[in-house]
Formats: sequence, structure tokens, C-alpha cells
Amino acid sequence: MADFLQFAFSGLTVGAIYALVALGFTIIYNASDVVNFAQGEFVMIGGMVTVFAYAAGMPLPVAALGSIVVAVIVGLALEWLAIEPARDAPPVTLIIITIGASIFLRGLAQIVFDKQFHSLPAFSGDEPLRIGGAALLPQSFWVLGTAIVIFIALYVFFTHTLTGKAVLATAANRFAARLVGINTTFVMALSFGVSAAIGAIAGVLITPITLTSYDVGTLLALKGFASAMLGGMGNPIGAVVGGLLVGLLEAFGAGYINSEYKDAIAFLVILGVLFVMPQGLFGRAHTERV
Amino acid sequence: MAFLKGKYGVLLVLAIVVLVLPVAFPSAYYFRIATLVWISALAVVGLNLLMGYAGQVSLGHAGFFGMGAYAVAVGPTHMGIPPLAAAVLGAVSAGLVAFLVGRPILKLRGHYLAVATLGMGILIAMFLNNEAQWTGGPDGMPVPRLVLFGMKVKGPVMWYWVTGVCLFIGAWVALNLVDSPLGRALRALHDSETAARVGGIDVARHKLIVFVISAVYAAVAGSLLALFDGLVTPNQAGFLHSIELVTMVVLGGMGSILGSLVGAAVLVTLPQALTVFHDYEHLMLGLMMMLFMIFLRRGIVPTLRDRLSGRVQ
Repeated sequence: MADFLQFAFSGLTVGAIYALVALGFTIIYNASDVVNFAQGEFVMIGGMVTVFAYAAGMPLPVAALGSIVVAVIVGLALEWLAIEPARDAPPVTLIIITIGASIFLRGLAQIVFDKQFHSLPAFSGDEPLRIGGAALLPQSFWVLGTAIVIFIALYVFFTHTLTGKAVLATAANRFAARLVGINTTFVMALSFGVSAAIGAIAGVLITPITLTSYDVGTLLALKGFASAMLGGMGNPIGAVVGGLLVGLLEAFGAGYINSEYKDAIAFLVILGVLFVMPQGLFGRAHTERV
Repeated sequence: MAFLKGKYGVLLVLAIVVLVLPVAFPSAYYFRIATLVWISALAVVGLNLLMGYAGQVSLGHAGFFGMGAYAVAVGPTHMGIPPLAAAVLGAVSAGLVAFLVGRPILKLRGHYLAVATLGMGILIAMFLNNEAQWTGGPDGMPVPRLVLFGMKVKGPVMWYWVTGVCLFIGAWVALNLVDSPLGRALRALHDSETAARVGGIDVARHKLIVFVISAVYAAVAGSLLALFDGLVTPNQAGFLHSIELVTMVVLGGMGSILGSLVGAAVLVTLPQALTVFHDYEHLMLGLMMMLFMIFLRRGIVPTLRDRLSGRVQ
């Protein structure tokens, strides 16, 4: 039972991070039909900038805020310099562009920072809480708490504000959105900015637990993408559920089955789900028009 | 440039390039780079059949490449199978895996197909990474030399000709496939699957056939690289290699066999040229990928072809 609780908790913690990355994918995809493989790099920027700003003597909250600002700037630059000029390119081309961007950002981080692993102090100490025989890190509560706040904030933003509704309208039909006077260029920029901010926050939160380095983004992007697809691309609730599910599956798989194949479990399950439900768990079926 | 459009024109250009290039090579190093280009181009020709003609994306093709590479490493070392037979076995097993996973995977569309092929590739790479008692784990393993007709195949010059011939055969087979009922069926389903089905084309079967063929191409290329290098590592099956292959296809030109060669040539020689930048290598590679895709969206060969034939796009 203690094992079960331990695995469930660590699964939820990592899953919350995957969910945040998957949400980032979803927001950008909805606004622009682009699958942004550089999403993991926002997480890396969040972690690395905070680490180095903190080491330079800044207080942790200021360093974290600074890293989010940097990530947002990078996100906006990515949209403006790399995505916008290739607006009408086919999906494969756009995928290669974002992967090129992620390699570029990784190369940049390698030069600006270094190739070492770095950590941050946990926000509320490292003394684990003992619940039902399991040792729970206080940092995990920070991760889960912040993730829940972000989910709620996004929900309110998309359903209760005019700007949020403009984003949803653009997602549904960009042309029609423009016809009713929505500034779709602004919506695109907004979605990249928000995604970058969410990614950076995830990076700051997870660094005390999993460490960070210039190349943590790749696997996070792959798993975040897989989580988003598992839930059904373009569905925010699907992204959250998909992320948590992938995190839990990994934790239980590593704990009960085989830790060497921890990263494989997620992809096996995703393949299995897609075989049975080709549109993901919450996706809607599309009909091809001829 | 009309002759470039014909099947024999492409083969002629390819043959001339392979035959004439060595005249300009000052050292064995150049033969080595050219050999790497021929090998990548072979894998890219196969992937181009899948992407350029059938319009299906695969972000996991390095998995098949890795299967071919490890077949010639594991077969002779652990099972006593001769290298050539091991390469055939590798190609057959890659084709078999493609056949088995192909049917459910190819039902998926767009990004779902991308994530499924990506997952498949990653699973193969992880398997190669983790089964260290067979594969040597993350460090990889040595590959015994290839013996052809009682003669050891070694040295860049000899490999240049072996791989050059393999690429020529691969291109010839691909051009014939494109020109066959299969090729026409693929182009039809590329445009619209529903319309192709209405036209009486068994969409699922044709997609599966080309998926298997492209997997075999990748596996053969993988075997060649492993035999040439004398070493295999799991990176050859990894996600980044899959992306490299896809980038070569798009960069050279979707649906262009000659483009496959050009795409492979650019992306193989570029990192060699970039090594002078040392630490900036990744930065430059990422930048190039973005710039190529933004400004040469349709691929080098189709763009050039239109330019030369005076057509304005």
C-alpha cells in the first residue's frame, strides 16, 4: 500500500508536468495548427534561467519570474521569426521548423549556460511528509498546486473572458474569426506567449525534483506531444488527462514492472490507445470531404 | 532539362554523378563522405516513396534503419550468421515489423500518424539501448567486416563503389515502382483517400505495401552504414536520426528521387563543414533547418526544376 501511494504520488507529480507541456502544445495547436516541438525548450529555459539567475544572487521568486519573461520573449520570437514566415507551409515542414528551433535553442543554451546538470533548492524544504508509509516531497505539492491553479486560470480565461473566447473562435475557424473582427495575428502571438509561460513555470517547478540541463527539453516535448495525442489533439481537458495518465503509467510501470523501460511504457500505451481509438481518448472523428 | 523528368534521365544523372565524382576527390576522406551520402540517400529514397508519393509521414524511420544496422552486428557476433545473410535477415525483419504495425498505424491521419510512428521508432531505439547483453547498450557494438566473393570489403574507396551501386539499384527500383500501378495508386490516395477508394483502390493495402518497402530501404541502408563504419550505436535508431531522414526528404523535394540524393548530400556534408564551428554546431544546424524550411519549402530539386524550365510558380 505504501508503495502504491508512493508511485501514485510521484506519477501525479511528473504527470502534472507532462500535462502542462501537453497544454502548451494544445494551446498553440488550436490557435495555429502548428505542433510545436520546441515546447520542451520552454521548460528547459524556465529551469536553466532560474538556476543561473539564482546563482548570480537574485532571490528565487525574482529569478523564476525572470525565466518566465525570457521564455515568453523566446516564444514570441519563435512565432514571429520562424512560424509566421512559413504560415501556409504543409504540416511536415512546420514540424521540421519547430524541431529545428528546438535544436537551435538547445545549442544556444549549451553556449550561454553549460552542459552540466543543475538543481534548485526546494521551495519549502526537503523534509518529506510521511503519509500512509509513503514519503512525499513538499515540492510535489507545489507542482500539483500550481498546476491546478494554472488549469483553473486557463479554464476561466477561455470560458469567461472576451480574449479567451477570441482564441477559441480562432481555433474553430480562423477565417470566420477574422470576418467577425478578431485579430488572429494577436491570437497567434498570445498563444505562443501563454504556452511559453506555462512551459517555463513547469520548468521552474520540476527542477528541484528532477534537475535540469540544456537537453531536458527533447524527451519532455515527446512525452508532452504523446500526452496531448493520447487525450485527443486540440482538447485541453484531454491534454490534462493524457499528461496525468502518462505520468501515472510511467510511475507504476517503473515501480511494478521494469524501470529500464519506464520511458517505453508511455509510448506502448499510446500506440495501443491509438490502435483502438484513432482520434485519442477525447478526440472527435473527422470526415474527409472530397 | 526535359530529360530530367524521365526515368532514364534520372538514372543517367545518378550514374554520371557516381562515376565522375571520384575524379575530383583529393583524398580518401572525400570517398568516406560520399559513401555516407549514398547510404543516407538510399534510406531517403525509400522514405520519399512513403512521404512524397503516398503522402504518409513517418517520424520513426530510423527505427527500421537501426534494425538493419544491428542485424549485421548481432547476427554474426551472437548467432554466427554471415554478414550478408544477416543484412537480408535485417531487411526481412524490418519489413515484417512494418507489416505488423503498419496496418493499425496507417489508419491514423496527420499528427496521429506522426505520433504513432514516432512512438514506434522510440520503442525500437529503447529496445536496442536496454538489451545490453545483445546490443552492447548505449555504447553500441562492433560490426565484423563484410566479405564479398571471398574478398574483404574495406576502405572508403571500395565502399564508395559498393554503396554507389546499391543506391543506383535502389533508385532504379523506386523509379519503376513510381511508374507502376502501385505508384499511380499511391499518388491517387495522396490527393484524396476517399476519392481513391471510390476509384476502386484498396487504400489500406497500398499504404501498407509502400510502408513495408520504405522500411526495407531503411534497413538495407542501416546494414550498409554499420558494415562501413564497423560500429553501431543506438543513436542510429534514435528520434533525431528519424528527423534527419524526414528533413532530407523535404529539403531535397517530396516525390523527387533526385531530390532524395540532394537532400542527403546537403544534410550529410553540412555537419562536416560545421565542425569548424565546434560549440556552435547545434546552433547552426537548427538555424539551417529553419531557414531551409522557410525559404526552400518545396525542396531544392523541384524549385530548381521550375526555375530552369522557366515556369513561374
